[in-house]
Amino acid sequence: MIRERFAALPRPARYAVVVLVTLLVYALPLLNPPLITTTGSDFGGVLFTVASFVLVALGLNVVVGYAGLLDLGYVGFYAVGAYTVAILTSLHAHLSWPVVVPIAVLAAVISGIVLGAPTLRVRGDYLAIVTLGFGEIIRIVAVNLDWLGAAAGVSSIPEPPSVGLFDIPHVAWEGGQPLIDLGNQTRFFEFGVVDAIPFYWLALTMVLVILCADSLLKTSRVGRAWESTREDEDVAELMGVATFRYKLLAFAIGAAVGGLSGALFATRQGFVSPDSFKLLLSILFLAAVVVGGQGNRWGVVLGAILVAYLPERFRFFDDWRVFTFGLALMVLAVWRPQGLLPPRRTVRARQLAAEIDSLEEGAEA
Amino acid sequence: MLLEVEGLSVNYGHIEAIRGVSFGVEEGTIATLIGANGAGKTTTLKTLSGLRKVREGKVVFDGTDITNLSPEKRVKLGISQSPEGRGCFPGMTVRENLDMGAYVRKDRRSKAYAEDLDRVFTLFPRLKEREKQVAGSMSGGEQQMLAMGRALMARPRLVLLDEPSMGLAPKLIQQIFAIITEINQQGTTVLLVEQNAAQALKRAHTAHVLETGEIVRSGTGTELAGDPAVKAAYLGGDV
Repeated sequence: MIRERFAALPRPARYAVVVLVTLLVYALPLLNPPLITTTGSDFGGVLFTVASFVLVALGLNVVVGYAGLLDLGYVGFYAVGAYTVAILTSLHAHLSWPVVVPIAVLAAVISGIVLGAPTLRVRGDYLAIVTLGFGEIIRIVAVNLDWLGAAAGVSSIPEPPSVGLFDIPHVAWEGGQPLIDLGNQTRFFEFGVVDAIPFYWLALTMVLVILCADSLLKTSRVGRAWESTREDEDVAELMGVATFRYKLLAFAIGAAVGGLSGALFATRQGFVSPDSFKLLLSILFLAAVVVGGQGNRWGVVLGAILVAYLPERFRFFDDWRVFTFGLALMVLAVWRPQGLLPPRRTVRARQLAAEIDSLEEGAEA
Repeated sequence: MLLEVEGLSVNYGHIEAIRGVSFGVEEGTIATLIGANGAGKTTTLKTLSGLRKVREGKVVFDGTDITNLSPEKRVKLGISQSPEGRGCFPGMTVRENLDMGAYVRKDRRSKAYAEDLDRVFTLFPRLKEREKQVAGSMSGGEQQMLAMGRALMARPRLVLLDEPSMGLAPKLIQQIFAIITEINQQGTTVLLVEQNAAQALKRAHTAHVLETGEIVRSGTGTELAGDPAVKAAYLGGDV
């Protein structure tokens, strides 16, 4: 519906909409819109978490949604990215951030290929188990290896280099009236411990870059190779698709994005420890992808937003928070197993199935 | 010979699926492998396409030894297969399925490509009507046509058809076999695997009978159709 309406607009109008929405999303932490803003925790910080979740979910979607490979150990790549930044900027070297991030991504890609090359030959459930093991192995190695800071982790990871240019005031809402709040400003563009908003902007920019790359990939030969492999691996082989190579590519791309968001996480946090990379996080990443609608990038974005944002928005639920979240996931699994925004393909297939059913019923009657 | 198979043996674990299978397919002909369920027909085709590893023996295509080639390279050389059953990509539309058939080709915007698409739509007018429909929502017969049309989109020299008549209504079976003959007359060599021996033998130039993984009889289609043992076993014949 939204898609069709959007497509019906003339080209300049479409560009205008995209630019406006993008600006609005960038300005979100400054605007502090009532109802949306979080009361219990810093809104900028929450938005940063949400943006990094979106990043992770987009990466995992390539693996799970596009190539159809169930990865239960995605947090492993996230950890590789985070630890690479940690040891190269703080523990063993003091390289600068722009140098370290590509290294972190590369390290994640290498770990993805090392894990994928032997395991992508197995299918289905076995792959899930092997990846599950991988995630845990990374964490347990980090706990036991002094070289990685052991259980205590690595601290004093520096912020990225800043260029403080000017201050942007936030908006405060008083009784439904927006007011410019000069006492609360964000310095453009300075990374700091207190103000998470520049980090949010950084994460959001990465999300936008990945979104563009994602849409290019999806419609390319690579995207079609993934799709056919997911639908029927043997038949894809018969079409001349080198399925193993494409599965490995999906794994490597997924790992790269996972590593990137891990690097971002380590930088924002200033500290990493093995506790940050538990199995539960892998499950949450997967939940974001599945809840949103695996295979549809906008669905996955929505899923990640919900999974990361709702628990923060409803912090006042306290102990009931996780319970409610679990319950919501279950309700969703029953009522909308294909996700909130499934790929168009799934929708189309469902509509046709329903149509055929009704025709068959009609024929019997 | 376009395709030569020499002493081919394939295992599933410790079980021999086919052993010592040898036959050839002459360029421009229709060859058929007939046999009961589990005789090794599908295994033979999958091995020719490169989906199964060869334990022993050799496959030569147009003078090139392809025994250990990847499926991708075999498609590029000109062997394509229409798999058994509903071998379509169910979530893709008819057109997308056909495009997948041409995956190894890099000339999607060329005239040759449009001609090939046209050829498929002429052979199977039903596919043209359903171009935008999702394959998984079509009938068994339509999916079979799609699988065959898709195999042709690779512009193969040799097309391997795995049980194209399986599960179809008698009228449709006639139609499918007529199309197979037409495909052959247009210049594509066909290797057909069938349980419907009567139709297959009628259409094929050469035929081989596969029993528990071995070829037990070979001859021309008419010869085998007249063979009393073949009649009794596969043609439900007058014993």
